[in-house]
Amino acid sequence: MRRPPALLALEDGRVFRGESFGARAETTGEVVFNTAMTGYQEVMSDPSYCGQIVTFTYPLIGNYGVNAEDWESDRVRAQAMVCREVCEHPSNWRSSGRLEDLLERHDVPGICGIDTRALTRHLRDRGVMRGCLSAADLDPDSLVEKARRSPSMLGLALADLVTCAEAYWWTEAGASESSDPRDAGRPLVVAYDFGIKRNILRRLRAVGARVRVVPARTSAREVLAMEPEGVVLSNGPGDPEPLDFAIAAAREVAQAVPTLGICLGHQLLGLAFGGRTGKLKFGHRGINHPVIDRRTGAVEVTSQNHGFYVDVDSLPKGEFEPTHVSGNDHTLEGMTHRKLPVLSCQYHPEASPGPHDSRPWFNAFADLLARRGTRGVAVPVGL
Amino acid sequence: MPARPDLKKVMLIGAGPIVIGQACEFDYSGTQGCRALRSLGIEVVLLNSNPATIMTDPEFADRTYIEPLLPEIAERILEREKPDALLPTLGGQTALNLAVQLAHNGALERHGVRLIGASLAAIETAEDRQRFKEAMESAGLSLPRSGYASNVAEAVALGEQLGYPLVIRSSFTLGGQGSGLVHNMRQLREVARLSLAAARAVDGPGSGRLLIEECLVGWKEFELEVMRDRADNCVVVCSIENFDPMGVHTGDSITVAPAQTLSDSCYQAMRDAALRVMRVIQVEAGGSNIQFAVHPGSGEMRVIEMNPRVSRSSALASKATGFPIAKIATLLAAGLTLDEISNDITQKTPACFEPALDYCVVKIPRWAFEKFRSADPRLGTRMKSVGEVMAIGRTFPEALLKGWRALETGDSLLPDAAPPAEREALERSLREPHADRLRDLFRALAAGETPETLAGWTGIDPWFLHQIQRVVDLDRTLMERASRDPEAPWREGLVSDAKRLGISDRHLAHRLALAEPDVRRRRQAFGIRPVMKAVDTCAAEFEAATPYFYSTYEEESEVPASSRPRVMILGSGPNRIGQGLEFDYCCVQAALELKQRGYDVLMVNSNPETVSTDYDVSSRLYFEPLTAEDVLNVVEAERPAGVIVQLGGQTPLKLARALHEAGVTLWGTSFDGLDLAENRERFRSLLDRLGLRQPESLSAGSRERALQSAHALGYPVLVRPSYVLGGRGMRVVYDEAELDEWLRREALISPEEPVLIDKFLEGALEVDVDAVADEETVLVGAVMEHIEEAGVHSGDSTCVIPPFTLGEDTVGEVRQITERLARALGVKGLINVQFAVRNQQVFVLEANPRASRTVPFVSKAVGLPLARLAARVMAGERLADIAPKVAPEAVFVSVKKPVLPFGRFPGEDALLGPEMKSTGEVMGRDQDFGRALAKAHLGSGEPLPGGGTVFLSLRDDDKRAITFMAKKLVELGYQLVATRGTARFLRRNGVSCREVFKVHEGRPHAVDLIEAGEIQLVINTPLGHASGFDEKAIRERAVAYGVPIITTVAGALAAVSGLEALARGPLEVTALQEIT
Repeated sequence: MRRPPALLALEDGRVFRGESFGARAETTGEVVFNTAMTGYQEVMSDPSYCGQIVTFTYPLIGNYGVNAEDWESDRVRAQAMVCREVCEHPSNWRSSGRLEDLLERHDVPGICGIDTRALTRHLRDRGVMRGCLSAADLDPDSLVEKARRSPSMLGLALADLVTCAEAYWWTEAGASESSDPRDAGRPLVVAYDFGIKRNILRRLRAVGARVRVVPARTSAREVLAMEPEGVVLSNGPGDPEPLDFAIAAAREVAQAVPTLGICLGHQLLGLAFGGRTGKLKFGHRGINHPVIDRRTGAVEVTSQNHGFYVDVDSLPKGEFEPTHVSGNDHTLEGMTHRKLPVLSCQYHPEASPGPHDSRPWFNAFADLLARRGTRGVAVPVGL
Repeated sequence: MPARPDLKKVMLIGAGPIVIGQACEFDYSGTQGCRALRSLGIEVVLLNSNPATIMTDPEFADRTYIEPLLPEIAERILEREKPDALLPTLGGQTALNLAVQLAHNGALERHGVRLIGASLAAIETAEDRQRFKEAMESAGLSLPRSGYASNVAEAVALGEQLGYPLVIRSSFTLGGQGSGLVHNMRQLREVARLSLAAARAVDGPGSGRLLIEECLVGWKEFELEVMRDRADNCVVVCSIENFDPMGVHTGDSITVAPAQTLSDSCYQAMRDAALRVMRVIQVEAGGSNIQFAVHPGSGEMRVIEMNPRVSRSSALASKATGFPIAKIATLLAAGLTLDEISNDITQKTPACFEPALDYCVVKIPRWAFEKFRSADPRLGTRMKSVGEVMAIGRTFPEALLKGWRALETGDSLLPDAAPPAEREALERSLREPHADRLRDLFRALAAGETPETLAGWTGIDPWFLHQIQRVVDLDRTLMERASRDPEAPWREGLVSDAKRLGISDRHLAHRLALAEPDVRRRRQAFGIRPVMKAVDTCAAEFEAATPYFYSTYEEESEVPASSRPRVMILGSGPNRIGQGLEFDYCCVQAALELKQRGYDVLMVNSNPETVSTDYDVSSRLYFEPLTAEDVLNVVEAERPAGVIVQLGGQTPLKLARALHEAGVTLWGTSFDGLDLAENRERFRSLLDRLGLRQPESLSAGSRERALQSAHALGYPVLVRPSYVLGGRGMRVVYDEAELDEWLRREALISPEEPVLIDKFLEGALEVDVDAVADEETVLVGAVMEHIEEAGVHSGDSTCVIPPFTLGEDTVGEVRQITERLARALGVKGLINVQFAVRNQQVFVLEANPRASRTVPFVSKAVGLPLARLAARVMAGERLADIAPKVAPEAVFVSVKKPVLPFGRFPGEDALLGPEMKSTGEVMGRDQDFGRALAKAHLGSGEPLPGGGTVFLSLRDDDKRAITFMAKKLVELGYQLVATRGTARFLRRNGVSCREVFKVHEGRPHAVDLIEAGEIQLVINTPLGHASGFDEKAIRERAVAYGVPIITTVAGALAAVSGLEALARGPLEVTALQEIT
């Protein structure tokens, strides 16, 4: 049985011919690659991949099916999926269906059967670039043209596309309009949703927080009016630089309450305190990235997904201590403010997918909450 | 720059001889260890009894001791060398056990030596099941439910309590030896009894204890390879999923990397557990493997076991990922941390990461049941395989099928559907794991069984079965389309699909009714060609500096351009009996030599255990099956100036014709020269032409002809099938009835596949020669004299350098014949010649113009690097310019003794014959024959007892020869016991000897004495097939109870020299470097 043909065309003219799976649709986006060998459902539902066509370097995708638990948001958020082979007969005790059927239901196209290693090498050598994936239009020239006309990731603000419409509570049972009374004694953490992953919310609960999620454009004033013990600036897609409203909010909340920035949130903190961000040639996407804690020399194997980074040299002197650095390319991976209770992490301490080495970030944040704790609540710390 | 400045000198222990469960993966790890330590400027003292290893070549360590792996010997070395530390984690269970003994007997403390890599506490917690269980429970991890028994009655009581089936394990096991799966009380009793005996053999009398545990048969099995440094940084290098569910030893399972059927959340839970295990066991600096079982329906997880050392799995994981676990483990043990070590492959990123694969790796074990016919071919918790292959593909079917043909069991073809009549038999067969289960799965799927049905029968995850189904479906379509229109598969892209799924050209040729080379030509005309992809640890995220490749059917090839001349070396494929580490040694020596001389050396091999598949041995490593198709793919990608086929044993030699016919230049002896030696008819007439003596022989294409020929030659005769490796199927037969039985059992006789019948030279001495030659010069490395008479396969014989009974004239004649043969065959490189000598007459048995099993042994005994010289000769240098005219006289006596696997195969008779059965060998070196022999015995794990009782049972012909020996034994203080005939004979000759019953005569009989531990050595020269039950039962029991057995007169006489030597005083040790 063969699948219908599909094409992936890159803006520099390189074209890959493969087979279509998922939705028979056409889409454009930034073509990136992720080296994780597990966690395709988490990746595809991670809002940070909005606007991106995700290539999986591991060739066999879909082996363990899809399930109800491994969602990082309420839908598939990546633009499209590229892999060598998509599994027709998944097998796992949790599996409730096939990946390709899920993508079809979510109207997300995929292409398989291409030399994904060749594509990865191309992106590594030339940098990530725009692409157009289609199972409808099979004219390479036309697709290259469509790729070139699509928006560039640099300068692209995407938070509005992925943030929640209304604020909500994150409870034991998941998203809820009202707070769970059983959470009453817990310190309140407000999380800005720039495309937040559910596992950040789960980890915050795990370290004892009561969690309220607010839309990206919620002002700092509104947030502080909720009297939170701490604020989380979430991960999210796109370029942090055009997100003026979020940078302004980050600046204000960080002065006022313990703040944890994750990924895009970290970049927003960098910008808020006067630093600059830049774009990496091909980004860091995978779950095997070594990060070194400069204070202890300890190594964490981390889950990463970022195309932008904070230029450590651009940060005003004396404000931040660069605490974490990439073992691979020595870029900044984490920092703490020297005076304020602000933690800032470029990668994904919530993992999902990925190793759990970085969970102590949440404990450290919980410590900050406890230290400030006005309500005298003992915060359970630990994993 | 060692991070621990107090480390100046480290002693490393190797794994000793190759045995089932401990093969050349420990040469790989030990060699890496030596190199890593020396890269830090640390002096290396190495102890290993195995001469075939690369690590024991003098250039890999500062001081190399080829001595038995025993506490007394090791302590003697500690005393002489005064190392700062002992690194015990690279030599398998053997090294770990020895280190524990040295710690317990106070030797380490006495000489101020620390253990690095793993502490005594860590080793003991991991190895002692009770302590392990407590540690796991303290870390909140679940283990199978279990209890302990120290005798059979306790075992039975536990069986009642836990319910059957149950798994029985004893502490300090190797390859699962001493463990078993039992389904009822009867089986429990039997296994408990044997396991307790095995445990006592290791730990001493009275100490055996068994763990009896809940059976997890049918659970999914996984393994993680984990590293931890002294700063508590941990990485998981590789996850491995077993195709065969729990119940089959990992070494006997098909395994796949990375894990295929675990979602990230499940995988991370397993990773968390693995890290917790490392921390609670306190593996301070090194690598470990941890096995897990996962319930297929609920995801419930159990920790099964962990090894705080490198292992077979870590060798596999290193090859599967490109992450050199043994090397990194060594650096960590020396005090570095993961972030201080750079990733060799990217050279830019650190080692503190977890490799990302962008391919699928499949390992398939290779068994040797064809050689152990009485052995049970079913698989369980005792490892039985003798080797393995690894294959890399972009998909699971591609990797599986590449592995399938890399096994070299004749299967480049896919199995056909099982006929409907076999359904029930097939179901029965599939329900029990056995060596040929993969074939049965193909046959069942092709016959229309569904993956789900088969999953039910086998417990194999349906994911794997659906993947095989894809191959079966495509094969069926191919067959159907080709039957209507032979062009259709080409036109419709089916051939291209087939190649992408990993189907061989050979199979396509079969389906499309073409010759294999025609399939190749046609598909190339269709543009269907493989590309070469790199294994780079990082899924192409970073540029790779160390090239390690595999072939696949994709778009882009990554072979780098190079201006240096290229030469390809074909490796020896999976280890099997008759072809193992010795050949890898030769390939590696040649690769290192030619690389040093400016060549780009391209290594092709499929065996993950080897040093040759370490990516920094060659310039470019191709992890590929050794078939004509796959090798030609690499040839086309690289266009080498020449291909070397003479170093990897029969495997590459068998490819010589196909390569030659495809126009590939072979380096070394020409194809015609190889054929001249291989083709028996041609070789026979060559010997005639040269006027050299050979045993009379005839070939027969039918049963009648065979019987006639044997009669004409006169019994006994040596019979063999036309195709022979490691003496497969060979036998000495003494009469017509025996010959007839052999013919019926082998059943292969036909005019196309005739049987070869040689006059057997009874009582002849056997002599072996290894030499290197070019057109002008022949350099004989050494003449080896075998202790056993001709008729015992040379690989199973104990052999000695220099010859100990041969006269000068005979040795001279042997040398001279070797020279003449080398010239006549046009040898360029290595040649091995085997001779039989009887009544001063020298007969040529065979000549092999290739590397032999004894090349490493000879190289070490005389200090001449034969394989390196051969490589230079093949590259065009004159032997006269690079080597001495004659090999140096051996200063020491060197004895090579085989190690036999009978202990693994209950029911198999422990007899030597023309069919090779040994898995490995040890070397004993000393100033005289007796001591060298005693060391060889000690090293082989069959130490000659220092005292006690010797049981004798001799064939009438042998009794006279042995009287002298028996007297000596009594003089040395041994007691003798024999059955009536032998006892009376000895007493008549004035030797005191106790009499014991034969089994049917009454009790206590001979077997009872063995079981009661009253016999320390068995000398039994067999009566042959007529002897019936008694002898076989005695040998079987002796093997089961670990009592050494000697089955030849010559062996017994030699052993007595060894005993005499031992009686003279303690053994001394000498490093190789001290005498050359």
